[in-house]
Amino acid sequence: MKTKPVKRRVAAPPCRPAKLWQLRLYVTDSTPKSLTAFSNLKKICEKQLKGCYRITVIDLVKHPHLAKGDQILAIPTVVRKLPKPVRTIIGNLSDTEHVLVGLDLCAAD
Amino acid sequence: MKNNGSKSTSSATSLPKCPTGIQGLDEITGGGLPLGRPTLVCGGAGCGKTLLAAEFLVRGAMQFGEPGVFMAFEETEAELKANVASLGFDLAGLVRRKKLMLDYVHIERSEIQESGEYDLEGLFVRLNHAIDSIGAKRVVLDSLEALFASLPNEAILRAELRRLFRWLKDKGVTAVITAERGREQLTRHGLEEYVSDCVILLDHRVTDQIATRNLRVVKYRGTLHGTNEFPFLIGDDGISVLPITSLGLNHKISGERIATGIPRLDAMLGGRGFFRGSSILLTGTPGTGKTIVAANFAQAACRRGERTLFFSFEESPNQIIRNMHSIGLRLEPLVKRGLLRFHAARPSLYGLEMHLATMFKEIAEFQPRVVIIDPITSLMDAGTSSECRGMVTRLVDYLKAGQVTTLFTSLTQSGHALQQSEAAMSSLMDSWLLLQDVEGNGERNRVLYVLKARGMAHSNQIREFLISDHGIDLVDAYIGASGVLTGSARVAQGALEKAVVLANQQEAATLKREVERKRGALEQKISGLRSDYETEAAELRRIAEQVGTRTFVLGTERTASGILRQADIKVAASTQSKPKPGRKI
Repeated sequence: MKTKPVKRRVAAPPCRPAKLWQLRLYVTDSTPKSLTAFSNLKKICEKQLKGCYRITVIDLVKHPHLAKGDQILAIPTVVRKLPKPVRTIIGNLSDTEHVLVGLDLCAAD
Repeated sequence: MKNNGSKSTSSATSLPKCPTGIQGLDEITGGGLPLGRPTLVCGGAGCGKTLLAAEFLVRGAMQFGEPGVFMAFEETEAELKANVASLGFDLAGLVRRKKLMLDYVHIERSEIQESGEYDLEGLFVRLNHAIDSIGAKRVVLDSLEALFASLPNEAILRAELRRLFRWLKDKGVTAVITAERGREQLTRHGLEEYVSDCVILLDHRVTDQIATRNLRVVKYRGTLHGTNEFPFLIGDDGISVLPITSLGLNHKISGERIATGIPRLDAMLGGRGFFRGSSILLTGTPGTGKTIVAANFAQAACRRGERTLFFSFEESPNQIIRNMHSIGLRLEPLVKRGLLRFHAARPSLYGLEMHLATMFKEIAEFQPRVVIIDPITSLMDAGTSSECRGMVTRLVDYLKAGQVTTLFTSLTQSGHALQQSEAAMSSLMDSWLLLQDVEGNGERNRVLYVLKARGMAHSNQIREFLISDHGIDLVDAYIGASGVLTGSARVAQGALEKAVVLANQQEAATLKREVERKRGALEQKISGLRSDYETEAAELRRIAEQVGTRTFVLGTERTASGILRQADIKVAASTQSKPKPGRKI
């Protein structure tokens, strides 16, 4: 698990910039919860949004001032910055169904 | 751990405390909140939890040099700044100077989806960041219970809160956590379970349409604290709790006496007036001149150069000045010289506590030596009787502690038993003057007497109380066989007495003349008698002489005849004739 913001873009199939999903994952250190959350999120994104997403991982221990902007209380938290509206999911994302609802991906299915 | 200004450090056994700087609260808690521990402040809506918490931080930052973090869960930073600005707290300025950190935490439940396990490490990170960035010693969480509304998993929340309080303790910050009052518990979500060191309960009650806020320290582990409910209020400069019990009966006592402004009244009070720093009750039925006596007292104080504060709950200052002018009391120059200050307010303007606080504030600001409250009975309508007694007790104690002489006027409805109706209050007073109407002969007259005056030999006499263009005068009421007479009856009685005296004088003069005359007559008689006697004596002498001469002549004749008869009769004749010349003498 990387603690610096990680940018991941999968090229194919190419998406228009408007369709690009920007996700932020807030974690603290490399706790098991954080690691699980990251792998779960990646799995879901790979399946649902292949090539159209970008996950930024933010470690609040290193950047505590960033917690205020997205009103982070719970860890781990995923914030969907784009597409609008902003959506928030908290937890280690083990419940995929809830993640899909949270990210508004159910309709895509 | 530093504890700036903590009072309790003197005794090693007591808990270190963190002074709040909130008026009265430190007295109740014996020095402040437990240092380095969380304190729970709970209460219903609108009872001042947030303000108490904010004041704790602001005073900490301004008075004790302890920066603070305010974590708001309900109000945004801007709202908070605006809300406490009304109390004169400049949050924005403190934030700029890095004395205060505001953090608005907000989660919208509808925007949140839960999936799997999580913790509140984000909150910890934020709090930690805020504390470390300004070196905060104080933290406020207002109010944590908002979290219960935003986060669905209560089990996680509870575990995390327990961890949070532990963490706050480890961090060594003095924290205030506010929570909404629950139905059966102290807080809606049972936060008191986690915060076990100090719990303060606030409450806002409305009795007889007048709202009073109360504060109670429910629990304070490891220290003595006031357990009563203490009224508190939110004024222009924050919260002030007014503890009754924090004021003891140990004020300094002065032997100095001050004049009442009415010489005859001074004479009734052992000749020298009231004691400085005593409390005086002036009871009277309507229109007996209570305000006049009070104004006289005020004027006398001002003339001595003492500042006097006149609380008027019935008349406006200008009206008092005008009315007093009519009896020759000129108060206006005293007001202009700044010696006399009026504070007028309608009793129903606000609750009793607010009145008390305003009065305290005025007194603290003006620093008077004499305070007049006219009348205290109007304030009584603003609260229940026990509240009023508590208030008067606090007021008397506060004023006595400052050696301020206080005159309370008290209006009694005619027909009531005066002594009874004021009994509750009178025990707090050192002196009690009574003004009363006496009806009779188709007129009403005022009388004054001293009911009690602690520590001085006071007169037991009733004095008639006269109000004229020149002020007040006390005159002896006529007390005689027919009772106490006042007014024209007293004047009539005086005239009657005068006539009696005159008549007596005249009678005496007549008597004297008679005696003189008698003496003259007697003397005349005596001289008559004497002349009689003298005449008689002269007559007697003349007769005696005649008798003597006759006897002698007789004797001589007898001797001559004896000689003529016989010789032996000579001897007898000579012995007989011897005393005869003696009788002539």
